[in-house]
Amino acid sequence: MTATVHPPEEILLGFARALRSSGVQVTPDRAQSYVDAVALVGLDDQRATYWAGRATLCSTPDDLHRYDQVFGAWFNQRGGLPRARVSEQPPARAAALVDADDGDDSGDVDQDPAGASAVEVLRHRDVADLTAAEKRRLGALFAALRVRVPMRSVARQEPWRRGSVDASRTLRLSLQQMGEPATIAWRRRRCRARRLVLLLDVSGSMSEYADALLRLAHRISTDPGIGQVEVFTLGTRLTRVTRAMHLRDPERAIVAAANTVPDWSGGTRLGETLRRFLDRWGARGLARGAVVVVMSDGWERGDPALLAEQMARLHRLAHAVVWVNPHRGKTGYEPLQRGVVAALPHVDHFLAGHSLATFAELLEVIGDA
Amino acid sequence: MSNLQSMQALSAADVAGKLASTGYISDESLATVTWLALRMGRPLLLEGEPGTGKTSLAEALAEALDLPLVRLQCYEGIDATQALYDWDFPRQILHLRALEAVGGGSGATAVEEAEKSLYDARFLLARPVLRALQASPAVLLVDEVDRADDEFEAFLLEVLSTYQVSIPELGTIRATTPPLVVLTSNRTRELHDALKRRCLYHWIDHPGLEREVEILHSRAPDVAEHLARQVVGIVQQLRMRDDLLKPPGVAETLDWAHALHLLGTAELDLEAAARTLGALVKYREDTDRVQQALDRMLAT
Repeated sequence: MTATVHPPEEILLGFARALRSSGVQVTPDRAQSYVDAVALVGLDDQRATYWAGRATLCSTPDDLHRYDQVFGAWFNQRGGLPRARVSEQPPARAAALVDADDGDDSGDVDQDPAGASAVEVLRHRDVADLTAAEKRRLGALFAALRVRVPMRSVARQEPWRRGSVDASRTLRLSLQQMGEPATIAWRRRRCRARRLVLLLDVSGSMSEYADALLRLAHRISTDPGIGQVEVFTLGTRLTRVTRAMHLRDPERAIVAAANTVPDWSGGTRLGETLRRFLDRWGARGLARGAVVVVMSDGWERGDPALLAEQMARLHRLAHAVVWVNPHRGKTGYEPLQRGVVAALPHVDHFLAGHSLATFAELLEVIGDA
Repeated sequence: MSNLQSMQALSAADVAGKLASTGYISDESLATVTWLALRMGRPLLLEGEPGTGKTSLAEALAEALDLPLVRLQCYEGIDATQALYDWDFPRQILHLRALEAVGGGSGATAVEEAEKSLYDARFLLARPVLRALQASPAVLLVDEVDRADDEFEAFLLEVLSTYQVSIPELGTIRATTPPLVVLTSNRTRELHDALKRRCLYHWIDHPGLEREVEILHSRAPDVAEHLARQVVGIVQQLRMRDDLLKPPGVAETLDWAHALHLLGTAELDLEAAARTLGALVKYREDTDRVQQALDRMLAT
C-alpha cells in the first residue's frame, strides 16, 4: 500500500474529469451531484458508487459504454489510486473533409475574381470535379441557398379570421360584453415545421461528395426557420452527427462531424445501417411523419433484399422519402446499381445531387413535401 | 402509513423489497438509482426499450409508498393549460349570470367583488402537475416526455426545479414536500441537457432469464412454473436475434404467458404458440420470422 492517501473528492472529481475527456458531457453541476450521490451511498460500496455515477454523470445510452471503460480504468485494485492517465482517443481523421488548403497559396482569390457568370458556372459544376480553390468559393455560396420549411398541421388551433367557431374565446369575449354574445371568434389548425431527417452516405464511393453534402446538411440545420433536423451518416456504421451540425461555423461543424464519424470512405452496408437507424431511431418516432432524405449513390455491398425491406419500412413511417443520387445528373445515367434498383420502388422523389443548382432543387422538393 | 420521509430512512435493498411487495421486481441498479432519487429529491429520468417497465415503476412506487399517483401523459402540442391549470370558463359565465339574476348591488365595490369571485379556487381546473403539487407528497409520472415539444420541456424544467406554480389571479401554489417525479422517454428525440441535468438518469435494459421468470411469477402467479420457464426461454432467445422489427418486451412476455394460460396450455407446443403469437409480436414480418424460429426451438 502506498503512503499517499487521496481525499475522496479528489478521486471522484478526477474520475468525472477523466470521463469528460473520454467524450461524455460532464458539467460541473453533474460532477457535484455525483459527489453528493456517492456521499449518500457511501464510497466503500463500490457497486453502489458505480450505479450512482451512472445515474448522475451519463445522459444517453451512448455514454454508458464509455462510462464502464473509464470506471474500470479509474477505480482499479489500487486503493482508489488512479492508474496512468486515461488515454484519450486519437482524433479520427478529419483530413478527408477539410480541403487541402495548404496546397494553394492565398493569392488565388485575387487572380480569380468571382464574377456573376463564374458563380453561375460554379453553380452547375459537379462538385466532384472542383479544385480546392473552387470548392472553397462554393462553400461560401451555400449560405445563399434558400431553405424552405416543410409544414404540417397539428392538433392545436390558433385564432384566425375564418375557420371553425372558437367556443371558449367567443364566451370570453361575450363575458366582456356582460354576457351578451356579440362577436364570434374563429380558429383554425396551427401549422408546424415537419421534422427533417438527413441520411448521408459517407462510404468510399461517395467521398467526393461527402464534404458538399455535409455543408448542405449544415446549411439546412442552421436555418433559423427550420424545425427539428436530425443528421446521420451511413457507411459501415450509423453515426448521429446532429450535434456537430449545430455549430454555427460551417468549417468547425464539418471538422466536428468528421471527428465523430469512425467510418469515412469505408465500405457500404446500406441495408444494414438503415435497419440500425430504423430500429434505434426511426421506428421510435424520429422518422414518423418526417421528411427523410437519403443521400447515396446506392452502391450496396450487402443484400439488396434487405435494403428494399428497410426502405419499405422507412417509406411506411415517413411522410416523404427523397433519394438524392449524385450520379443521377450525369448524362447517360441509369439507375442500375443494385441498391438503387432495390430502393426506388419505395422512394417518393428521386433527385440528382451533384451541384449547387441541384441542391437548390432538392431544397424546393423538401419545402413542398 | 409509510410516506416519503419514512422511506428516506430505508436502504436501497429495502426499496427493492418494497417494490417487490407490489409485484415489481427491480434489479440492484434500478433499486439504487430509485433510492438515490428519493434521498436526493431529484426527478428520475428513465429511458429504455418499450415494454421494460418504465411506467410500471412509477405505479409500483406509488403503491409501495402508499402515495397518490398523478400521471401526465405527454403528447405533441401539450401546453401549460393541459399540464398545469385552466379556468373553467362556462362555469365562470354561469356564475356571472347567477350574480346578475340575484341582482347584486351596483357601484364600484360590487363590480370588484363580482370580478374577484370569478377567479376563485373553485373555478380552477387543476391539471396533473398542479394536482401533484397540491396532493404532495405524491408520485408524479411524466410519461413519454419526448413526445412533447421543446418549449414544454423548458416549462417542465421550471416546475421541477422550484416545485411551485404561480397563478397570477390566485397566487403561488407550493408543494409542502416535493413530489417524487418519474419521467419516462422512448428517445424519439434527444431531451434538452438542462432537463437531463436536473434528473438522475437510468437506462432500463431487458431483464435476464432468472429475473424475467421472477417477474412473470409475480405478475401472473397463475402461470405454472414449467410454462413460465419455457415462455421466458423462448422470448430471451428471440431478443438475441437482431432481425426482428420489434423484439418482444417484458409486457409482451406477460401477455403471451397469460394468453397461453387462458388457453389451458400446460406444455408449450407449436400449435398453441401459433395461435397466441399475436400477443408476442406485432408486425407481419416478425410473425413469419418468429414462426420459423419457433419451429426450430420447439422441434426438439
